[in-house]
Amino acid sequence: MDNKITGAEALIRGLIAEGVDTVFGYPGGAIMPVYDKLYDFSDTLNHILTRHEQGAIHAAEGFARVSKRTGVVIVTSGPAATNVMTGLSDATMDSTPLVVITGQVSASLLGSDAFQETDVVGITQPISKWAYQIRHAKDIAWAVSRAFFIANSGRPGPVVLDFAKNAQEEMIEFEPYHRCKFIRSYIPYPTVYESDLRRVADIINDSSRPMIISGHGVMIAGAEDQLATLAEKADIPVASTMLGLSTMPSDHPLFKGMVGMHGNIGPNYNTNRADLIVAIGMRFDDRVTGNTKLYAPQAKIVHIDIDESEFNKNIRAHATIHGDAREVLTRIIPLVREAKHTKWLKSFELPEAVEREKVTKDAVFRDDPQGLPCMGEVAYKVSMAAGHDSVLVTDVGQNQLLSVKHFKYTSPRSVITSGGLGTMGYGLPAAIGAKMAAPHRQVCFFTGDGGMQMTIQELGTIMQYQTAVKIIILNNNFLGNVRQWQVMFYNNRLSQTPMVNPDYPAIAKAYGIEAETVERREQLDAAIERMLKHNGAYILNVMVDENDMVFPMTPGGQAVDYILLNQNEVFDPSSKK
Amino acid sequence: MEQPTLFTIAVFTENHIGLLNQLSIILTRRAINIESITASRCLIPEVHKITLTCYSDPVTIEKVVKQIEKKIDVLKAFFYTDDQIVYQEVALYKVPTSRLLDEQNLEEIIRRHSARILEITRDYTVVEKTGHIDETEALFEELKRYDLRQFVRSGRVAITKSPIEYVDRFLAEQEQRRQNLDRQ
Repeated sequence: MDNKITGAEALIRGLIAEGVDTVFGYPGGAIMPVYDKLYDFSDTLNHILTRHEQGAIHAAEGFARVSKRTGVVIVTSGPAATNVMTGLSDATMDSTPLVVITGQVSASLLGSDAFQETDVVGITQPISKWAYQIRHAKDIAWAVSRAFFIANSGRPGPVVLDFAKNAQEEMIEFEPYHRCKFIRSYIPYPTVYESDLRRVADIINDSSRPMIISGHGVMIAGAEDQLATLAEKADIPVASTMLGLSTMPSDHPLFKGMVGMHGNIGPNYNTNRADLIVAIGMRFDDRVTGNTKLYAPQAKIVHIDIDESEFNKNIRAHATIHGDAREVLTRIIPLVREAKHTKWLKSFELPEAVEREKVTKDAVFRDDPQGLPCMGEVAYKVSMAAGHDSVLVTDVGQNQLLSVKHFKYTSPRSVITSGGLGTMGYGLPAAIGAKMAAPHRQVCFFTGDGGMQMTIQELGTIMQYQTAVKIIILNNNFLGNVRQWQVMFYNNRLSQTPMVNPDYPAIAKAYGIEAETVERREQLDAAIERMLKHNGAYILNVMVDENDMVFPMTPGGQAVDYILLNQNEVFDPSSKK
Repeated sequence: MEQPTLFTIAVFTENHIGLLNQLSIILTRRAINIESITASRCLIPEVHKITLTCYSDPVTIEKVVKQIEKKIDVLKAFFYTDDQIVYQEVALYKVPTSRLLDEQNLEEIIRRHSARILEITRDYTVVEKTGHIDETEALFEELKRYDLRQFVRSGRVAITKSPIEYVDRFLAEQEQRRQNLDRQ
């Protein structure tokens, strides 16, 4: 009997063998053999047809981030391939595991400027973890198994498989698929040395004002429990980066908030008072450090990361441990002595009180029933109403900064946001992917009126698959974050930030999605309740004040402890609040 | 800003298509110019060695090399200053034969520079000189007088002075890892 299959089938069997059940994509000429074969496997492989390839890749990112599984994208060549570039760059920056399969013209046509040919490997090499062109069907199993291994091991990232059409059509012998466990030139999980652990444990034991900064790496490693155990045993306050939010529950007594440009005052101010910073699975982004020359001047820096190239890249470390956060933390806990840092922990109280009084009160707890709601207030109220275990997805800008800040986290993997690349338009498709990966969790997506329109076509995907995403548009008819910078640093010259918006509920109606607009504070609670009670997707178009700004803020180029409470006032711990 | 140093970067890679692009884009991002580059097989079967030189500073070059090593298909990457390696380049010079025949000092120049003549035709002569850049440059300066038609210099090839062969050690460790994984 003939035991031969096409290259397209070999790919699909490979995906299934890797445990894939959902793929995001969009068909086209150079990938048609794969789509034809998908038709035969539609019982096993659930294909989500987005409305744009950018939507497909961001949806796969949301899917991957919430589930820890590898997101899979299938698109055609040329323009489809270039449409996924933003997502590739985003996934590289935010360490998101993806396998992106792009169709490619037949190998015989490569380099000839054939119809819909583009140099996918050449373009994607700088913005992917690995890119490989499959020119012959015999390479498929090898390439697919390597792709999945590379994408979701070590520091995860996106992998590109550029799949020439002739390789999709060629017939090859059907052979059992073997998952890749080893690549000679790649060490995903480096050996963690006892000597490094002891050295760092000694530094922790000798410290009197230690602070942990928990990053995305903690979540990727699944080291949330170990993080809490270490912090509790040695009585160390924990702050997180934006992508590290939800590595510790918001209400944990040792959790002190977020660091960075728009982080909380306590951890930012105390970064420059600490005598030890233990950075775990984070990369000292410039949005976290502010002016690096003025960063943590009193502290020893201990950097724990799985990616060696992050050590001393932005901040010089006194000690490093190269390894998986979960392994490192598990093994260092017994070496760390129990301690009490009562006075140091107490030093977070004053900045917290100042933030409550001078920032949060104004951003969240206003009482004028006729007034426009504030952005932070909406995030806080949605979070309170959505309750335990809900997932926050954001777009980029003020909606992001304020919602990540005022949302409350109870379980891990609860923040899906574009941190490194800051991709406007990321949110809506990412929310769709997140909901598909976690159908039993409430997915609340916050966006602005700008970002919403960048990928608004994905409302069609929501319509087609009845994806029950709760969409909250914080609508101020402005590109708010740019507006804020224009007001603060560009003399109030509002260049190209006012935006005329469509009637969002009317658009929602056209897609068969429930929607309503909130214009006054007194309408907000009931509207949130209706949104959350509704079974399907929902758009809550909340009109917010254009003058609403994100604070606290450390302006670029400043030390992290130079913190603006509002446009006119700098945090000063010596002054009475 | 301190004076830039000439560094030699040695990269040991799998022999895959597009490897050079992966390396050069890392340098491009930081606006580092490649001064010279060579690629060849090395002692280890199926491992390719790319040697390139560039001006930079120790802090930057360390970051760059770590980012190169992070590439999946790269086995190991190193950077050296000139004192850590034995290195060589080769230069070729094309000179009109008639000028050389007229020249009394030709033999003396070739001898003094330990250069070789690779080919002589009625029209042209090709001279070869191996050595460090200052040596090939010195011969260039002398031959310029003779209506030099072409000049070309290769990238640097280099071998480390260190008694430890780090790539061999890396591959041995990786083989151990592979065997441990197989046993699991």
